[in-house]
Amino acid sequence: MKNNKVIQVEGLTKMFGDFTAVNAITFEVDKGEIFGFLGANGAGKTTAMKMLIGISNPTSGKANVAGFDVFTHPEDIKKNIGYMSQKFALYDDLTVKENITFFGGIYGLSRKRIKEKSTVLIEELGLEEVANTLVGALPLGWKQKLSFSVALLHDPKIVFLDEPTGGVDPITRRQFWEMIYKAAHQGTTVFVTTHYMDEAEYCDRVSIMVNGKIEALDTPKKLKAQFKVDNMNDVFLKLARG
Amino acid sequence: MKRFIGFIKKEFYHIFRDRRSLFILFGMPIAQIMLFGFAITNEINNVDIAILDHSKDATTLEIINKISASKYFSISQYIEKESDIETIFKKGHVKAVLNFDKDFSKNLIKDKNATIQIVTDATDPNTANTISNYVNAILQQYQKELNKDITIGYQIVPQTRMVYNPELKSVYMFVPGVMTVILMLVSAMMTSISITREKELGTMEILLVSPLKPIQVIVGKVFPYIFLSIINAIVIVMLSIFIFKMPVQGSLFLLGFESVLFIITALALGILISTVSATQQTAMMISLMGLMLPVILLSGFIFPISSMPLPLQVISNIIPAKWFIIIIKGIMLKGVGLQYIWKETLILVGMTVFFIAVSVKKYKIRLE
Repeated sequence: MKNNKVIQVEGLTKMFGDFTAVNAITFEVDKGEIFGFLGANGAGKTTAMKMLIGISNPTSGKANVAGFDVFTHPEDIKKNIGYMSQKFALYDDLTVKENITFFGGIYGLSRKRIKEKSTVLIEELGLEEVANTLVGALPLGWKQKLSFSVALLHDPKIVFLDEPTGGVDPITRRQFWEMIYKAAHQGTTVFVTTHYMDEAEYCDRVSIMVNGKIEALDTPKKLKAQFKVDNMNDVFLKLARG
Repeated sequence: MKRFIGFIKKEFYHIFRDRRSLFILFGMPIAQIMLFGFAITNEINNVDIAILDHSKDATTLEIINKISASKYFSISQYIEKESDIETIFKKGHVKAVLNFDKDFSKNLIKDKNATIQIVTDATDPNTANTISNYVNAILQQYQKELNKDITIGYQIVPQTRMVYNPELKSVYMFVPGVMTVILMLVSAMMTSISITREKELGTMEILLVSPLKPIQVIVGKVFPYIFLSIINAIVIVMLSIFIFKMPVQGSLFLLGFESVLFIITALALGILISTVSATQQTAMMISLMGLMLPVILLSGFIFPISSMPLPLQVISNIIPAKWFIIIIKGIMLKGVGLQYIWKETLILVGMTVFFIAVSVKKYKIRLE
């Protein structure tokens, strides 16, 4: 079932001078899976993710994302993935519609397709009334949801979410995870980093990075059994403290 | 290509929705050219002077009449004693005092020699110098009239001609300078700010993850400013032609070509600044301190380079604005063609290539 693996990473390493930020990590992610990528600050999560999305060159190892090699075809990877960074990154001085049109445009969607997509998207998010309002005027929760939808605009095979729910209230977080489930259900693979351990419980599988290495990788249930604790928080603490 | 057009459209939204940048883009050029054109001037006009006449005879009266008839001076008061000179200078509005010696006419006829003292208020050295030159010129003229019928043994008559700017209008000097400053400001500062803004907001990361190539992102960001800078250049040239009656002796086409070249140099500098600064504030500080001051002080815009100390003269060579000012002065005032300014043009091209090469290198390192 090789075709079902949308991310295959083997011995992926990134060095900055003498410092090894990511130390020979190996893992695979299935199609439609919600993969939680955890780790303390500075453990190397962001660096690893940057290599997978093609904006940082690995020092050594192998990685295949959405069917393309990160060394030889980073441009093809970019067409097939969506990305949402931890900073809110839509344009505040553009309206909701203009943002959708712009991002649809840079992913090469046709004008007709953008129109259809934006109508559906605005309706799903319940943003009809603010469609022509500048995004800067919207509350953070709405912005995050819009941002996620925009990352999915071009129907990517994989969507990378870098701490997507930072600074968001619990209700919005809940709604956000519903959107993630929906996307995964439709076949999009979700690769998500987070600091919220309750969110880790929602993932199909979780990897935990410590000092550049993946120290644990399994379903939340099995991880809890393995470390003989009853929540992910304790799994994380046991690993991160060493 | 379609992606690119969408990108540029977005850039224009940014510019037109930000009042601050709109003001810098379009208010600034007009305000600056008006300020420099009208308010800041090296010419003197109707300067108030005072007369201290100890002889009050026919000759002094004639000289005083000649001076008050010129458009440069107006005689605001007559004073009676030496000690009044300081008093009126302290009051401020009188810039010079003409002090005629006792028995002026008598001395002139008897000894063929009479003295007049020109006292100027040199708190403003340039004006003081100009005033004394103008008074001297009027006195020379008068002296020549007196000597009309007499042949002097040997005589050297200097004939001065001021070419390219016969009336010595200072606006001729300011227009090229202001144009340089504006193009530098708009192109370098605005682009570096707009690129660092994307970095600061985190949208740059999103753009780099998208299928757009980094070069497309940069060109897309820079393109609207090329367009706006060209409009600015046109506005400035129009203003100087129609309001300040400044001639453009050379080819408008060449002027346009050189302006576009300089705009691109400035944009390349802006890109370079954006690669070394992480925030908009840094970009703005670097642009202002690193570009604006040298452009104003070291480019020959206000202070002539030839009278600077040697180290500054050497430094002035690395300032693109210096070369551009030489080029546009040449085209606008002297009407020269490319054969006279190819060297300066080549230097600008070289600088542009250098800035772009360094930015590309820096940009790559950052991506690593």
